[in-house]
Amino acid sequence: MTEHHVDMPAETLGAEAGLRRASIFRTLEDWPILPIILLLPIILFGVFGPLISPYDPSAVNPTVALRPPSWLTGDGLSHLFGTDYLGRDVFSRVIAGARASLLVSFFGVGIAGIVGITIGLVSGYFGGWLDTVLMRLVDIQMSMPAILLALLISAALGSGLATVIAVISIVFWTNYARVVRAETLSVKSRDYVAMARVLGCPDARLIRKHILPNVIDSALVVASLQLGAAVMLEASLSFLGLGVQPPAVAWGKMIAESKLYLAMAWWLPFFPGVALVVTVLGTNMFGDWLRDKLDPRLRNT
Amino acid sequence: MLRYALKRLGVGLLCLVGVSIIIFVAMRLAGDPTLLLLPDDATEQDRIELRQELGLDKPLPVQYAIFVTDAVQGDFGTSTRWKMPAMELVLARLPATLQLAGLAFLIAITIGLLSGVTSATTRGSVFDQGVRLGVTLGLAVPVFWVGLIFIMVFAVDLGWFPTSGRGSFAHLILPAVTMALNPAAAMSRLSRSAMLGVLGADYIKMARVKGNSEARVVWKHGLRNAAIPVATLAGIQLANMIGNTVVVETIFAWPGIGKLIIDAIFARDFAVVQAAICVVAAAYIILNLAVDLTYGLLDPQIRYD
Repeated sequence: MTEHHVDMPAETLGAEAGLRRASIFRTLEDWPILPIILLLPIILFGVFGPLISPYDPSAVNPTVALRPPSWLTGDGLSHLFGTDYLGRDVFSRVIAGARASLLVSFFGVGIAGIVGITIGLVSGYFGGWLDTVLMRLVDIQMSMPAILLALLISAALGSGLATVIAVISIVFWTNYARVVRAETLSVKSRDYVAMARVLGCPDARLIRKHILPNVIDSALVVASLQLGAAVMLEASLSFLGLGVQPPAVAWGKMIAESKLYLAMAWWLPFFPGVALVVTVLGTNMFGDWLRDKLDPRLRNT
Repeated sequence: MLRYALKRLGVGLLCLVGVSIIIFVAMRLAGDPTLLLLPDDATEQDRIELRQELGLDKPLPVQYAIFVTDAVQGDFGTSTRWKMPAMELVLARLPATLQLAGLAFLIAITIGLLSGVTSATTRGSVFDQGVRLGVTLGLAVPVFWVGLIFIMVFAVDLGWFPTSGRGSFAHLILPAVTMALNPAAAMSRLSRSAMLGVLGADYIKMARVKGNSEARVVWKHGLRNAAIPVATLAGIQLANMIGNTVVVETIFAWPGIGKLIIDAIFARDFAVVQAAICVVAAAYIILNLAVDLTYGLLDPQIRYD
């Protein structure tokens, strides 16, 4: 989104950095070790949640309500993260929350990507009044704080899983559209595109075969950089009570519910919060890594 | 410059119109207000009469025109929950939000700038590493979680501050610090990289050679040249603050516009939601416009196209 691009091939940048740094740093640069360490448990929770979970996340058991983490009181591993005011196991609920969080952000960012990439390609390729209209649409939407737009959509559609996915798709498509449009403009002016057009290649085929493959890297970088923000938005909405509805579990909702027990149960907000930080941190770092790997020019976005 | 300013103004106005359409459409999608306003046993005839009274029987473009004409005059309808004009409610909450956002902005700028610049001048030091770790964490922690942890530690356990509400200056500290955290981290990261870009320049070496004190070199010669991206981000952050008040005000029960929006959404009090979001969106657009225009003034090299 910056106009001041440094046009330097990725290999040159990488080689230069590699010469100066010790080998451990080079390994860290080649492989996203830290993001993988952070995200692996979250992804495992999300995919295999019900198999790992020690209890049913919705199972109420008043006899063990508000127990602190069991390893602190010498009760072994019975309730690793303690229990909530209904005696539900917090560890099982944190595991269940991973699914909602990942599902919503992946689908939201994915749908936003499909819409944004399409609009960006069309806008950049055809130009003219269509480009003006589409980009003004982007301007208009971006002139509204994301959280307000999200609140409006939730108020209009009611809360629930589908609404949250819709909110994230609507909030995040504009970034793809801008980046992909800018890339399309630069790819469009290259010789091979002009050549293909002279040879009579139809527009649709030209966009799909010659332009899309050249802009997809940037779109992937945008996707990975937005994933963390999407996780955060989903959590904020469920904290405000506008996220997924029970029996689905969301970290933001767990944190909101803990507010009444702050004085006696620190573990209620603590563990879902840590899960959230780990997820956002992991996706942010993965996004940074992917950007440096695929498209160092996007550094300022 | 004038041409650029006029063009930006035009885009700003267009955005205002666009946002008003978005708000209008969202509120019409939100459901039939007659179901909320009338008791359950109301007859179909009652509903038709109320729809006529509210103008809901007219075609949508006409309804939108009426909405805009009223909105321009500050008339957003009457709150169903508080039984008073929606705009009056919003304006009554405005000072609380401005107070919170203003202090949070000051904290964010001060901490962000000081830590970012010092981090750049002591590159590679323990302080620099610490700041970079802090920035990475600061950008990844959810505001509402930090807010609750702050309440738990500083209000409940230590008892230094009140847990929520508005009153004394002490009430303001926790929400303002919570809200400042994210923008401070963004500010710190940007001023660090902007300073690093500037510090190697010839005029900085020249300023040192001339015998200026290091502080003067950094804070006067250096910062002035790093100021443009930093000032731009500061403006954007100020605009974002207004949006973030929703979450922070909810945690700390701070009686501002953000809390009002949330309460109104749950009460399905659409006149208030409409009025509040219009005010916030207008402020956001005006602030962004101001940032763009200042940006043009700060940097004579910028091209206006």
